[in-house]
Amino acid sequence: MRLTLGPLQYFWPRRQVLDFYAESLDWPLDVVYLGETVCSKRRELNLRDWVGLAEQQTKAGREVVLSSLALIEAESELGALRRLAGLGNVRIEANDISAVQVCRRHGVPFVGGPSLNVYNLETLRLLQDDGLYRLVLNVEMGCELVAELRQAAAAAGCDLPELELIAWGRLPLSYSARCFTARALDLAKDQCGFRCIEYPDGLPLSTREGRHFLTINGVQMQGAENCDLLPEWTELAAAGIVLLRLYPQQHGTAQAVRRFDAVRGGAAVPPREPGCTAGYWSGLPGMQPPP
Amino acid sequence: MLLVCPAGNLPGLIAAVDAGADAVYLGFRDQTNARAFAGLNFGDADLRAGVAYAQARGRKVYVALNTYPGPSRVAQWQGAVDRAAEFGADAIIAADAGLLAYAARTHPRLDRHLSVQGSATTQAALSWYHEHFGISRAVLPRVLSVQQVERICEQSPVPLEVFAFGSLCIMVEGRCQLSSYVTGQSPNRHGVCSPASFVRWEDHADGSRTVRLNSVLLDVYASGEAAGYPTVCKGRFVVGGETFHALEEPTSLNTLSLLPRLRSAGVAALKIEGRQRSSAYIRTVTRVWREAIDRLRQDTDRWRELPEWNAALSAHAEGHQTTLGPYHRSWH
Repeated sequence: MRLTLGPLQYFWPRRQVLDFYAESLDWPLDVVYLGETVCSKRRELNLRDWVGLAEQQTKAGREVVLSSLALIEAESELGALRRLAGLGNVRIEANDISAVQVCRRHGVPFVGGPSLNVYNLETLRLLQDDGLYRLVLNVEMGCELVAELRQAAAAAGCDLPELELIAWGRLPLSYSARCFTARALDLAKDQCGFRCIEYPDGLPLSTREGRHFLTINGVQMQGAENCDLLPEWTELAAAGIVLLRLYPQQHGTAQAVRRFDAVRGGAAVPPREPGCTAGYWSGLPGMQPPP
Repeated sequence: MLLVCPAGNLPGLIAAVDAGADAVYLGFRDQTNARAFAGLNFGDADLRAGVAYAQARGRKVYVALNTYPGPSRVAQWQGAVDRAAEFGADAIIAADAGLLAYAARTHPRLDRHLSVQGSATTQAALSWYHEHFGISRAVLPRVLSVQQVERICEQSPVPLEVFAFGSLCIMVEGRCQLSSYVTGQSPNRHGVCSPASFVRWEDHADGSRTVRLNSVLLDVYASGEAAGYPTVCKGRFVVGGETFHALEEPTSLNTLSLLPRLRSAGVAALKIEGRQRSSAYIRTVTRVWREAIDRLRQDTDRWRELPEWNAALSAHAEGHQTTLGPYHRSWH
């Protein structure tokens, strides 16, 4: 099992981002995804900064993948991706079909990100023909669908790509053209003042009876709680998952990576972190507390 | 510019055709389409009658097959494509790449439209679907501003269809798991958002009402306050100590004022949302848009939106409110 650090979903100040990734050089990670996936206006780091971080991580022995936006609203937003793809010798996480097309055109191998809608083998094989070498399962893909996917592949006599599952952190649930952080602050999106930088852990949204329900992160909505699938470690391995994704969170990321690595090293599987969900893995709705 | 109208059943299809729809879109009675509601959609006899009724009048019928089959349900979805072809539909509207590939391979003469659920917002994405599956039209997600629609019309390899009127998804279509997060059932996989079986209304002694989806409180309505269908995105929540529609108000999209601009941009078709709505809704909304499009064609320079059109549309809008939605930059 390989451990991956998913792309940073929040907007953190430049210094915090650089420090976070510097610190991560000591963590037992195999793959690191870098780049902005949520909002094209977030530019604390420029392309050169990300490439610099990529070089550091590569030197530390990690596979580096550059992640692209989940919602691309204009051709101009593809410009940076095209430039990267043109450089050659990069791997890209395509989170939108636009990015798939760019990778296909440039012959760049890509990871299918969790916001691509891949629910069956037929779709997956088309993407493999275009250069997909790994699929990050979308949040809805639980154990039953993964088993079906494997059966379908076996029946068709074809190999699945590497399967990666979101195993720790807040689940990305939806994307919009509207910025909900700006809306909550009564600002127009075009004059947002980049205020989401004030919410490094997202902006909590609660029901009217005070239950923390969702997390606002600019144009993205996330669940309230972290998901933690470490207790399912054995089951995940048996299901053919070969990479587990941990998303950077404001708190607890280093500790989470070490917990997962300890189990990889043979330690007993610990109970779920308090307050965490088991996501969709067991077939329950994503927010349900596990039984 | 074609007018594409919804039909949830045969009377709805007849209403749409009689009121001037150029094409009607509909779904089968299962989860192969994104309005998989009890009592809605078309069985074989109704589909046969509907296709005959529309085509005898020179109109077209599109079958929406716009959900995503899991691995064990692919055969069922492929069967639905076969049925659409067998019944003589003019096109299917699909989102799943595997299903589009099957349709292109098996029924090459059946037109393939990319559904809004396919989330194609750029020329690059449209080209991907076009090059792989030979789609002849694409429906744009309701996230783009009118300027962005104009730009993409210039660059698109295929004719484009945009939403003109009806309920509004605030999230990018095909990229929203809020319903499944709460209920386990999603628009993508099950063709439903906030399924009715998970909705629980409660009346209280003071006349107020609460509505929950599964166990989650979506809203509290004061006595006499109008309440729409409870989806997560249209609930009232608390953010930063304030209670408000944190994601979106219950309101409908109405682009009537943009009609000349959409036509100049080269938009090929306008779509009316609402297969789940009544025949009265379909008849009224279709008639208004038919008249507006015809008048624009006859006299572009003197065209203006008539107050009676908007009055008729508002009466059928969610919460009786309409918005230009994402087409208007300030909405974002």
